[in-house]
Amino acid sequence: MGILEVKNVNKRFGGLQALGDVNLSVAENSVHAIIGPNGAGKSTLLNCLVGKLIPDTGSVMFDGQSVLGRTPYEINQMGISRVFQTPEIFGDLTVMENMMIPCFAKRDGAFRLHAIAPTDDEKEIVEKAERMLEDMNMAGKRHMPAASMSRGDKRRLEIGMCLAQEPRLLLLDEPTAGMARADTNNTIDLLKQIKDERDITIAIIEHDMHVVFSLAERITVLAQGTPLVEDTPDNIKGHPKVREAYLGETA
Amino acid sequence: MLGLNKKDFSLLLVVAALTLFAPFILNPFPEGSGMAQFNAGYPDLMQRFVIFGIFAIGFNILLGLTGYLSFGHAAFLGVGSYSAVWMFKLLSMNVIPAILLAVVVSGLFALVIGFISLRRSGIYFSILTLAFAQMSFNLAYSVLTPITNGETGLQLTLNDPRVLGQSATADGSIPVTSLFGLEMRSTFEMTLGPWLFQFNAGYYLCALILLLSFYLSIRIFRSPFGLMLRAIKSNQTRLNYTGLNARPYTLAAFVISGMYAGLAGALMASMDPLAGAERMQWTASGEVVLMTILGGAGTLIGPVLGAGFIKYFENIFSKINDTVLHGWFEFMPDGLENLIVGILHPFIGKGWHLTLGLLFMLVVIFLPGGLVEGGQRIAKLFRRKKPDDAGDNAQSTPAE
Repeated sequence: MGILEVKNVNKRFGGLQALGDVNLSVAENSVHAIIGPNGAGKSTLLNCLVGKLIPDTGSVMFDGQSVLGRTPYEINQMGISRVFQTPEIFGDLTVMENMMIPCFAKRDGAFRLHAIAPTDDEKEIVEKAERMLEDMNMAGKRHMPAASMSRGDKRRLEIGMCLAQEPRLLLLDEPTAGMARADTNNTIDLLKQIKDERDITIAIIEHDMHVVFSLAERITVLAQGTPLVEDTPDNIKGHPKVREAYLGETA
Repeated sequence: MLGLNKKDFSLLLVVAALTLFAPFILNPFPEGSGMAQFNAGYPDLMQRFVIFGIFAIGFNILLGLTGYLSFGHAAFLGVGSYSAVWMFKLLSMNVIPAILLAVVVSGLFALVIGFISLRRSGIYFSILTLAFAQMSFNLAYSVLTPITNGETGLQLTLNDPRVLGQSATADGSIPVTSLFGLEMRSTFEMTLGPWLFQFNAGYYLCALILLLSFYLSIRIFRSPFGLMLRAIKSNQTRLNYTGLNARPYTLAAFVISGMYAGLAGALMASMDPLAGAERMQWTASGEVVLMTILGGAGTLIGPVLGAGFIKYFENIFSKINDTVLHGWFEFMPDGLENLIVGILHPFIGKGWHLTLGLLFMLVVIFLPGGLVEGGQRIAKLFRRKKPDDAGDNAQSTPAE
């Protein structure tokens, strides 16, 4: 039994079968990549995992509990954090404030009315946020408005914010999309470091094969809404069905 | 100090000093001089400054922090006024129970309206609040006449029970509002040479409550709750995917700002014990939006400045008429004098809305941060003259 079990998930948008009988099992503490050509249903699948979309049929179990019918924040509180294709951070707030918010969410849950307690008095939160910023090598940028940082730094902050919640499953949606080579390599190193240092399961959707093959332990190939194969990176590289899906039948 | 950092505490002290010395500050011109009409230091107007200041401070907690634009906050102001007047009718003329009831009732009212309106955001939220406020206004005007006394407005009469007070005073008139015997209308007048300064009990009560409201708003701005509200304004998607539920946060902010509005309404009724439905009309809701944006939404002091600015215009600028203008331009040749007065005519007196509208447009276009941003730019100009002082600019920006 993996930590995440997707069984017979179907999702239709009008006449388009976005997902057809998807089965997926992500083993605990592994790095699992989901790849596939454009329109294969990768993002739809991800949205079904985090509560943004509800599958028409099938089940999604996280650690033995169903995530279906729960809102994104409830699923997040169960231990699933998501990194977006374009970094979603609190642009108007400072880097430090950005980091404090997931720390509060981890400690206090979905809502707590501490309307007059000064933020500075929350020592454990401040300390944890500072520690996380140091882990992410961003301590020097703590007073910067988050929106003014580079794409790579925003990504780094977003990953750090997700980690501050100590999730059991980290979902990454094309974490290196639109990044320069140097930023991509930094992100790969960061993810490797996370994988080595923490008890965490990582599921990653990615186009960039360089990223996939440097990180993944298992790979699922998705094409036209259906998983083609699931195997180790070495076996995937030479798999005829994968070549077919990516390059077309004539290749 | 008081759980505030140094900067916020000095801001609080500045506001305290301004409100304490307002009777002097607002009366800079001697009685009987040509400029005396620009004096704003009379009790009635000073009370309005601080009451609308409270209203705007509360509104800013919603608009400035969460970015949710309510077009129905006057409903809570009206509810507060009605509650307070009922307390004067039934219980006693003491303002404390009236204020407490008004805050509680308007809070409950805000809870209901907020619970429904906050199911939507953006323009739909604004329209829902507007619809609720107009509904309240029309109900108060017609169906709810037994509670609101319809068009006439709710007033005190000699037949009111006032179980803890008296229905009528010894000389057969309606008793006046008071704070444990201190009459709200009592005014101490001080004549200094040609100047006349008035110190009004009601004003100082309002000013004290303004200070408390302002202090509370600073605490909310700097709290984890305030941080969450700013996060809602900044990126709700990330907030949701960080395990936080935005709805209870926005609802709490809505209720708090509704209670501020109810408090302001209660103070209005405490200064002048009557309440009319027009207090709930959409123009009144729009006014507090203008005040907050003009002063600077999301800043601490902005809404208070905006409220003062608009109320000053409404009461002082509107009094300038053609005769006054002719007085000013007397020195000019007759033709020129008439021409200038003719040009200025639409902008003064009843035309004060036009001037205010133009000023509002200028502020929104050139100073999106409101009057506070204007102040900061001026401060920066002065600071730039001193060479190595540019470092703490980031610190001088109030929360936003």
